[in-house]
Amino acid sequence: MAIYLTKDSKVIVQGITGGEGTKHTALMLKAGTQVVGGVNARKAGTTVTHTDAAGAQVQLPVFGTVAEAIAETGATVSIVFVPPAFAKDAVVEAIDAGIELLVVITEGIPVQDSAEFWSYNQHKGGRTRIIGPNCPGIITPGESLVGITPATITGKGPVGLVSKSGTLTYQMMYELRDLGFSTAIGIGGDPVIGTTHIDALEAFEADPETKAIVMIGEIGGDAEERAAAYISEHVTKPVVGYVAGFTAPEGKTMGHAGAIVSGSAGTAQAKKEALEAAGVKVGKTPSETARLLREVLPA
Amino acid sequence: MDLYEYQAKELFTAHGVPAPAGRVVSTAADAVTAAEQLGLPVMVKAQVKTGGRGKAGGVKFCKTLEDVQTHAGNILGLDIKGHVTRRVLVTPASDIAEEYYVSYLLDRSNRTYLAMATREGGMEIEELAVERPEALARIPVDAVDGVDAAKAAEIVEAGRFPDEVKDQVAQILVDLWKVFTAEDATLVEVNPLVRTPQGQVLALDGKVSLDDNADFRHPDHEGFVDNAAENELELRAKERNLNYVKLDGQVGIIGNGAGLVMSTLDVVAYAGEKHGGVKPANFLDIGGGASAEVMANGLDIILSDPDVKSVFVNVFGGITACDAVANGIVKALEILESGVGGGHTEKPLVVRLDGNNVEEGRRILTEANHPLVTLADTMDEGADKAAELAAP
Repeated sequence: MAIYLTKDSKVIVQGITGGEGTKHTALMLKAGTQVVGGVNARKAGTTVTHTDAAGAQVQLPVFGTVAEAIAETGATVSIVFVPPAFAKDAVVEAIDAGIELLVVITEGIPVQDSAEFWSYNQHKGGRTRIIGPNCPGIITPGESLVGITPATITGKGPVGLVSKSGTLTYQMMYELRDLGFSTAIGIGGDPVIGTTHIDALEAFEADPETKAIVMIGEIGGDAEERAAAYISEHVTKPVVGYVAGFTAPEGKTMGHAGAIVSGSAGTAQAKKEALEAAGVKVGKTPSETARLLREVLPA
Repeated sequence: MDLYEYQAKELFTAHGVPAPAGRVVSTAADAVTAAEQLGLPVMVKAQVKTGGRGKAGGVKFCKTLEDVQTHAGNILGLDIKGHVTRRVLVTPASDIAEEYYVSYLLDRSNRTYLAMATREGGMEIEELAVERPEALARIPVDAVDGVDAAKAAEIVEAGRFPDEVKDQVAQILVDLWKVFTAEDATLVEVNPLVRTPQGQVLALDGKVSLDDNADFRHPDHEGFVDNAAENELELRAKERNLNYVKLDGQVGIIGNGAGLVMSTLDVVAYAGEKHGGVKPANFLDIGGGASAEVMANGLDIILSDPDVKSVFVNVFGGITACDAVANGIVKALEILESGVGGGHTEKPLVVRLDGNNVEEGRRILTEANHPLVTLADTMDEGADKAAELAAP
């Protein structure tokens, strides 16, 4: 078990022929992911050559549409590497084709486009689980990687991780590499994202393999505060937290489009306090957070 | 990007939202000329990107040209919450019968948009939201459905606008939605929206924030950028496509990934408490790549900041392995020492590498044995060392 993604998940890559798509298709295959093809309307009918985890050469078909790719391969997961200007169309196409899990890596998508595809998905009955945009994706170590997280940091284990930040995800996986992870999800740092901290907490709570959860947040919005309220009501497993951006000045965007303190809203201090009030131990630094996780992890 | 009032009003006018005409000027003499052309009385309004202009003396009613000369002279150069006024908007003074408020904004929590409206405008809307929340209507707007005449009518009802202005306000809401969507805004606000004694509804003041991620489809927005108001280091960083924010501390920071860099700032600030209260001097995310060139560009910006006393390079090697990052740092120092960017390499660097191929990365830096570079094993240790080196 794990959440959202297992070794059996069949994955297609939207933008498989581009630079990022090519590089990460190779890395995903190496990590054991069942990449079964890709989409690029202009290169439909061609194939791309890669090496799978066992070292064998594989020819992956390139399809004209997501619907066609699903029909031919049985894929249930898609990962989007297309540039910001075309990302909304790619996401809408995947939703229309009925993809179950859609990971949007692309950074720099206009927020109106994200709000629009989120709403579009809701109008369609919310069939597609969207992760991202502007995220490192999801990894179930030892089974499958749909994203850009380095698969070599650590292996399978009892910790579930949900984070707004890519490199802090890697850092935390590295700090706890002796323990390993059930699944680690980077939900992204944009103002409008698909899967939230709460969604991931709900899934980790239900996952028997996950024994404890690390939740990483950052300044901006109130997702952490809402997650704190959810934890006090619904989560029985131990959760530790980390929040980045205590020193961020008001009104300045700190790298991630969503990482901004507006007036007195969205501060790291408020998030930390909300999490602590919900019984979540919050580390001052990533390494302290890792120590706290070791303390709460059931023997 | 936040716009100035006059820029917001330009967008209002372009999309049919009625706003008074105006001229933007940067001298008192030009303000007088503008007032002559527009006709007295006029308002002279400081153009700064912050609230509370009125209270700070940045907005004045002028009956005569002498008033314009005096007030424009006083307002130009006025410091309003750290923003120095370099331009004023001269605009015909409207008689006001009533003041209202309307806005559209992104509602992150609900992943949709929000219309806010009230017939009780004029005051700080944050105050109204706290003191009398029932007076401020908050209507969700679906990103796909948008605002049509029916939705606008719903907002007008919820905001309890008086009957005589309902139609005008509804039309303004439809047009303001065009501003919001067509310009890729994350906020459009009209406060106050006024009714004149003659019964006309006008946007007397406006605030617009634009989504920087959408710049690629708005080449015209480039004209709104005010480089003179930007920090010089931030400008230089932007020219080199670096994600940099100037802060007021002494420890320069370079890292990869927004979250890790924010975290690094915090860890340095904690460490600084033990070392005379030194703080991070900047945010700089060089992204996943961390090539020698990007590293050199980043170091160049940071080392040229006179406030910086030491630098903490904090990189987690993921897809880009630590050996590549280490080579990048060694090369970057060579590039800088060769004189590119002025050769200001006398400041000490603390480097912490972790992750993919870290042993090789550390070996490369140890072998390079650069006199200014200290290696740290952990983020906490590196932050402490960098803070100590920057201590007064």
